[in-house]
Amino acid sequence: MLFRHMTFTALMLGAFAIIATTVVSLVNWQTQPRIAENERRAIMENLNSLVPATQYDNDLVNDTLAVTDPLLLGSKKPLTVYRARRNGQPVAAVFTVIAPDGYNGAIKLLVAIHYDGIIAGVRVVGHKETPGLGDAIDVDRSDWVFSFNGRSLSNPTVKGWHVKKDGGVFDQFTGATITPRAIVKAVYNSLKYFSAHRDQVFANPTPTTAEEDS
Amino acid sequence: MNDAYRKIAMDGLWSNNPALVQILGLCPLLAVTSTVINGLGLGIATLATLVLSNVAVSLIRDYVNPEIRIPVFVIIIAAIVTVVELIMQAYFYDLYLILGLFISLITTNCAIIARAEAFASKNTVFKSFLDGLMMGLGFLAVLVTLGAMRELIGRGTLLADAHLMFGDTARWITITVIDDYRGFLLAVLPPGAFIGLGLLIAAKNALNARLESKTAAAPLGEPLTSTPGA
Repeated sequence: MLFRHMTFTALMLGAFAIIATTVVSLVNWQTQPRIAENERRAIMENLNSLVPATQYDNDLVNDTLAVTDPLLLGSKKPLTVYRARRNGQPVAAVFTVIAPDGYNGAIKLLVAIHYDGIIAGVRVVGHKETPGLGDAIDVDRSDWVFSFNGRSLSNPTVKGWHVKKDGGVFDQFTGATITPRAIVKAVYNSLKYFSAHRDQVFANPTPTTAEEDS
Repeated sequence: MNDAYRKIAMDGLWSNNPALVQILGLCPLLAVTSTVINGLGLGIATLATLVLSNVAVSLIRDYVNPEIRIPVFVIIIAAIVTVVELIMQAYFYDLYLILGLFISLITTNCAIIARAEAFASKNTVFKSFLDGLMMGLGFLAVLVTLGAMRELIGRGTLLADAHLMFGDTARWITITVIDDYRGFLLAVLPPGAFIGLGLLIAAKNALNARLESKTAAAPLGEPLTSTPGA
């Protein structure tokens, strides 16, 4: 009797879990295209704030390449690189990079690097860091991300590519060290990736539609 | 019957207000209310969750064994919050970017499971719906009031970033109350939220005390309440 009651209760709990999961999956399936479109639009706006439209003359949003490097770019999945060119000459590459070790999960970044290896700018495009503490990485909340502008692999040197608490040159925030630490590391790694793969990144100058499905 | 509905409404909006009297759900309340629009956004999301979860819990109240009712409530609330979050991401993306984390934290807003357990699991669907609506509105009102106080003192504006919620055509709603205001950071930071909420609770208590002393001082011939215990 007791056993039957327990079995029934367990099955009931399972049934509720299945129903709830089904509802969530259905809504997810319905809203996913719209959410992806929203993220894409936000990225377009961000791209132009990093590489001004006057500096390039190609179709930046569609001149993309998918690269995979779990160690330096922070994701096992292929990540998109947007390539800015002027008169066919490479100008800058904008990497979508993941900082996997944020305080509250992955932080999505855009890192724009000029052809000569100097950073054009960095933007945070998605994060779940603590509001009021870690969210100073947002360009709306503070100008911290601008501290990467003009930096490169040699400016500062390897030792300087840390937050000040760890002996580097980048500020941390009061009450939040993990967040800026994760971003500094991710930006440095993208520079390393860029210097090792620069020619590959800018190869294939004519955009082909086959690459757009990243 | 009508009195019962009125009591539900009064409870949610005033005498048992989730934020001012039950002091529940303070984590998102304090963190998000730096502007009116943020408060409104989280308030509407919480309101929707509260109404939906109360209705769902009330619908299943006769079928769930008491042993598993709390886990089942949590499953229901978590699913509803996830749905609300996805819908926000799809239709209010910019606002979602700001409220981000706090939308999923609605799951842990004690006000919601408290209403499920204390009210919806014992009452009819319509009453539970009404209770969710009124409790949600009471919570929303506090979020918006606190947001308005902090935004006005902290930034000298009201309804800034209205376009995040209502689209680009709504930019004109933003009111700059004080021109060239330097800002008062304390009001925007978490301490401002605590102080503001404290002031709101104090104001509500003071108002209650005044109303009570007025009722007590009423002429003896007048009946104080029409039907006690309705």
